[in-house]
Amino acid sequence: MTQSRIDRRTFVATGAASLLTCATGLVSPLHAQGVAPTRSMRGGANNYRPGAPVVERIGGGGFVMSGTVRRAGDGAPLEGIRIQIWAHTTEGRERDPHSHGATLTNADGVFQLEMPQIVPAFGQPHGHLAYDSGAFKTVFLRPVMPSARDTSLQAHFVLEPA
Amino acid sequence: MGRLRAPLAWLALVATIAVPLGVAAGSDYLAYRGPVYIVAGFAGILALACLLVQPLLVAGVMPGVPRRIGRRWHRWSGALLMAAVAVHVGGLWITSPPDMIDALTFGAPTAFSAFGVVAMWALVMAALLAVARRSPGLRPQVWRLAHGAAVAVAVAASVPHALLIEGTMGTLSKAALCVAVVAALVWVLARLKPWTGVIRSRSGPTGR
Repeated sequence: MTQSRIDRRTFVATGAASLLTCATGLVSPLHAQGVAPTRSMRGGANNYRPGAPVVERIGGGGFVMSGTVRRAGDGAPLEGIRIQIWAHTTEGRERDPHSHGATLTNADGVFQLEMPQIVPAFGQPHGHLAYDSGAFKTVFLRPVMPSARDTSLQAHFVLEPA
Repeated sequence: MGRLRAPLAWLALVATIAVPLGVAAGSDYLAYRGPVYIVAGFAGILALACLLVQPLLVAGVMPGVPRRIGRRWHRWSGALLMAAVAVHVGGLWITSPPDMIDALTFGAPTAFSAFGVVAMWALVMAALLAVARRSPGLRPQVWRLAHGAAVAVAVAASVPHALLIEGTMGTLSKAALCVAVVAALVWVLARLKPWTGVIRSRSGPTGR
């Protein structure tokens, strides 16, 4: 008796919940197919210097910053996208011009730039990356290294048209 | 043991403060920082050390420092604490203004920034109360509770602020200092009971 009452209640609750999620668009087959654009991270734009030059590497190198750039929606890799990178490193502070450099993505949408070892600053070992070239909406990222001893860091962009 | 109690207590206090300072002074990260950033960081450690000393002084629990003298030192140590906080915030501002704007407006991505700003305002509150202690209309019992509450908020926020930061301080010595700061405050609050006499009774105020 009691058992059957709980069953009915559970059935109604589950049905209502699934109806609610579909109706509000929280779960949608349309969204599930598209690759969502990357949102800028808080503090990502701090100490940004627009127009830093494209370089072979920043300073003496030894640390690898890499990642991918794709298009929102279909997720296609984007070639020739300019990504600017800066951080507090063993060779300079975030604000120093020589701590900044830019690189371009290859045909697979992959970018990679060597830079000096990132050192914890303002409480976290972190880097900064920016896409700010106009064709797509500007995105600033601020990835944090799992360990200050890491010698590489990755960050990925999904850009939507401006 | 009785004769050793005083020197041991002082040794423990000095070590709890000196060891984290020494570890921070030996940090590799200092080589990659400018002088202003270095001074700002050490001002933060000094402020944490003051948070440990402050309750011990005001309660007169340190051997050889009775309450009468301890309270006078408490005022000087409090002034030093506020100066250290000012140098800490000012130095970090000079080092990276956008990061400090984020922190002060609670827009930073790091939780320790918010804890630090809460601690700063709680300390400003405690200091303003200290300046206004003799003002008429402020009953001593109410003043004691308000000052104690502001300090409790400051300590509750300062400890996670310090622990969450990956900086020059060593993990262990920093944790030990933080435990000492909390323990000292709880011990002294339990001793001085600043909540007594806040609510007026018919038989008159009961506070000291």
